[in-house]
Amino acid sequence: MTEVKLTIKDFKSDQEVRWCPGCGDYAILAAVQGFMPELGLEREKIVFISGIGCAARFPYYMQTYGMHSIHGRAPAIATGLAVSRPDLSVWVVSGDGDALSIGGNHLIHALRRNVNLKILMFNNRIYGLTKGQYSPTSGQGKVTGSTPMGSVDFPFNPLALALGAGATFVARALDVDKPGLTSVLRRAATHNGAAFVEIFQNCNIYNDGEFDYIREDKDARTYLEHGREFGSTGITHDESDFATAFALAQLSWEADGVLPLGVFRDVERDSYDELVRAQLEHAQAKRDGDLQALVGSGDTWTIA
Amino acid sequence: MAVAKPVEQLDSVVIRFAGDSGDGMQLTGGRFTSETALSGNDLATFPDFPAEIRAPAGSLPGVSGFQLHFADHDILTPGDRPDVLVAMNPAALKTNLRDLANGGTLIVDTDAFTDRNLKKAGYESNPLEDGSLGDYQLHAVPLTSMTVGALKEIEGVTAREAERAKNMFALGLMSWLYGRPVESTTTFIETKFAKRPEIAAANLKAFNTGYHFGETSEAFAVQYEVKPAKLTPGRYRQITGNTALSYGLLAASKLSGLDLFLGAYPITPASSILEELAKHKAFGVRTFQAEDEIAAAGAALGASFGGALGVTTSAGPGIVLKAETIGLGVALELPLVVVDVQRAGPSTGMPTKPEQGDLLMVLFGRNSESPVPVLAAGTPGDCFYAAIEAARVALTYRTPVYLLSDAYLANGTEPWLIPSIDELEPIPVEFARADGGEFLPYKRDPDTLARPWAIPGTPGLEHRIGGLEKANETGNVSYDPENHDLMTQLRAQKVAGIRVGDQPVDHQEGADVLVLSWGGTFGPVHAGVRRVRAGGGKVAHAHLRWLNPFPANLGDVLRSYERILIPEMNLGQLLQLVRARYLVDAVGYNRVTGKPFKAGDVADAVEALL
Repeated sequence: MTEVKLTIKDFKSDQEVRWCPGCGDYAILAAVQGFMPELGLEREKIVFISGIGCAARFPYYMQTYGMHSIHGRAPAIATGLAVSRPDLSVWVVSGDGDALSIGGNHLIHALRRNVNLKILMFNNRIYGLTKGQYSPTSGQGKVTGSTPMGSVDFPFNPLALALGAGATFVARALDVDKPGLTSVLRRAATHNGAAFVEIFQNCNIYNDGEFDYIREDKDARTYLEHGREFGSTGITHDESDFATAFALAQLSWEADGVLPLGVFRDVERDSYDELVRAQLEHAQAKRDGDLQALVGSGDTWTIA
Repeated sequence: MAVAKPVEQLDSVVIRFAGDSGDGMQLTGGRFTSETALSGNDLATFPDFPAEIRAPAGSLPGVSGFQLHFADHDILTPGDRPDVLVAMNPAALKTNLRDLANGGTLIVDTDAFTDRNLKKAGYESNPLEDGSLGDYQLHAVPLTSMTVGALKEIEGVTAREAERAKNMFALGLMSWLYGRPVESTTTFIETKFAKRPEIAAANLKAFNTGYHFGETSEAFAVQYEVKPAKLTPGRYRQITGNTALSYGLLAASKLSGLDLFLGAYPITPASSILEELAKHKAFGVRTFQAEDEIAAAGAALGASFGGALGVTTSAGPGIVLKAETIGLGVALELPLVVVDVQRAGPSTGMPTKPEQGDLLMVLFGRNSESPVPVLAAGTPGDCFYAAIEAARVALTYRTPVYLLSDAYLANGTEPWLIPSIDELEPIPVEFARADGGEFLPYKRDPDTLARPWAIPGTPGLEHRIGGLEKANETGNVSYDPENHDLMTQLRAQKVAGIRVGDQPVDHQEGADVLVLSWGGTFGPVHAGVRRVRAGGGKVAHAHLRWLNPFPANLGDVLRSYERILIPEMNLGQLLQLVRARYLVDAVGYNRVTGKPFKAGDVADAVEALL
């Protein structure tokens, strides 16, 4: 096989990017396009599937195969594609409302099955495309168009949810942190099975400044390192240990003054698509399907 | 030695087995059906069971029934009413007696008629003793105690297990009464209980004891014979609608050369399609039991995007959840077969009972102008051909297609002429290839209006599709008013232009009444038409396979009759469509009992119009 050499330009589609000027999505798009050549795959082997929301426009801007589908359903649609086409690299792009609210069920099941999908969830903690209602990751008390007296909803912790769902790869990155985001993408891409990546993304129109504590201050960005103590928390990071990952996922800037970025969990488990394929191969190794024999099976009789 | 009893010839018989849901009535009926099929009779069956797996023993809601109609001629239905009722307990007697024809044969297990069971069934006195069954030929047989007595000598069989074999005693008795061949049941019992030889021995013994009881008991004076039917020559098997539908999907996969991907979520009465196809991985079938109905449809559509034959199966309560995905399929213009095995509703309704109430939902139950072709299977065996046709249209025109079946077709059986796979027409599928020019994902084939199917992995055709409106040809996102009007028209024209063939009519010289039916009512409606004709009435019958688009000649057909009757197991859904589309003054015959039509009722409705 010849080595595939592509550049960032090869992954830019001819479509005009239509996010609001200043949106964090631009930085994520640039980081993903910049990372794509590292996959070493021809563009036709890569597919981006999204749901609905601002983030979901992402596939239009990638010069790969893509589908902008329906709200929350991208993990389900991508599952069908990944299971039937193991030759493809399938990526899901979603937002906090798309992945955790209307599509919460599909997300947790894709993660527990360990389908070979790379799921990028852009978390801006707001509904942007519908003009600023609170999302399942908005904090309690959040004043938005639909919560004039402040939200009374208790928010999801996306990483804890993914861990609880049995995800084999869980990570967090920041939109404007290109090196950090790229290194997480690299790890996610090489992971066998479902990879869940939460990307903090600033919505400068409806929830501006949500992540300023690390967006504005590079020194405040603290990265997880396997086998090393995280900050001065006393927790030695172990990507294979569920309890450690879960404990680290509880840390927040507001409560703890430190927020982990990077890979929380990375463990090996057979992917769903491999297991499906193995059963097919096993069945086909025993015998090829003989349809004529099948339709004529069971008790039969002849009428002359 | 038993003296051979006189044999009486019958041209057709309807038998119903009824008992507790735990009594094995479906198994008993199924075995009797197999023996009957091997006798060469034409047959039709109607398994009728509650949604509860094991309702309280002896209770009225827990009664499970299996009706079988067999004949020496070609028949169409499981029969309006049984000639013979086998009732395993008072509850079964109570719920089924009203259907038994006057003078009909009634076989009951006297051992089950205890005070306790009588009370549970709501009997104040024992009907076996109070003379209330005087209109029937009653055979009161102590089935349970005779079974238990016969099995005493078999070691390792508990009293409970011995009692459970009583259905095999009943089967043996009925097998003798109608002179059925017993070898296939013997083999069946030996195979089914191969791991527990003592249970196999017990069931065989019960079966043979029942058979010999019929032969020797003075209670049964005659044996009956139903001669083989003259069906189209060939090799036959019996088949249920859901099995035939599963085989049809496998055939479509083979004919198109595409891998089959089934996304499904368990739901009555569609689950057995998922279970059947899950057995056939050797055919390259991927079955995906999804987290919900939405994901089942989504995964199938995702697989279609990747070049598989994507299929999703469900019943009404699941189909409503899939509507959003079907709408996406309409916008993406990708092939997708959606199977709706209809059941009585609304909401959860009566999960095991058939209805035709989903027609308008599958036609119109999506946001905006969202045309989807719809076809319906007519008989259990026809589900095979209907599934192939659904796939052919989905693949040829790149569109979701609804295939309607129902709970009656799903579980009902009929003799099925085994098809020759080599003689089925191939389904040509061509994926798009780069030709050096600009790739236009929504440039249509001028003949079919289908867009190219460019699957991921094809070099040079990288493109994005989605639910947003697309510019004609380029497929880029477009809010242009004229473009939206054009695209809406094109999607509608594509579906309206699907070639479904002319509507055949079973015309009768001099008939000015047409009966127009669709879907799973074919059997009882045509049987009703035959009955009217046998009585000298003149009536024509047309049975629709395609509900969208309608056959091009349907308007001409309708306008050539003075009166039109549309029988449906709903409140008049096809009726509305036909009246609106063709401006004909059709009338409906509408019943929603959760049971198939009775041929006699259809005949009465036709007679009323003559």
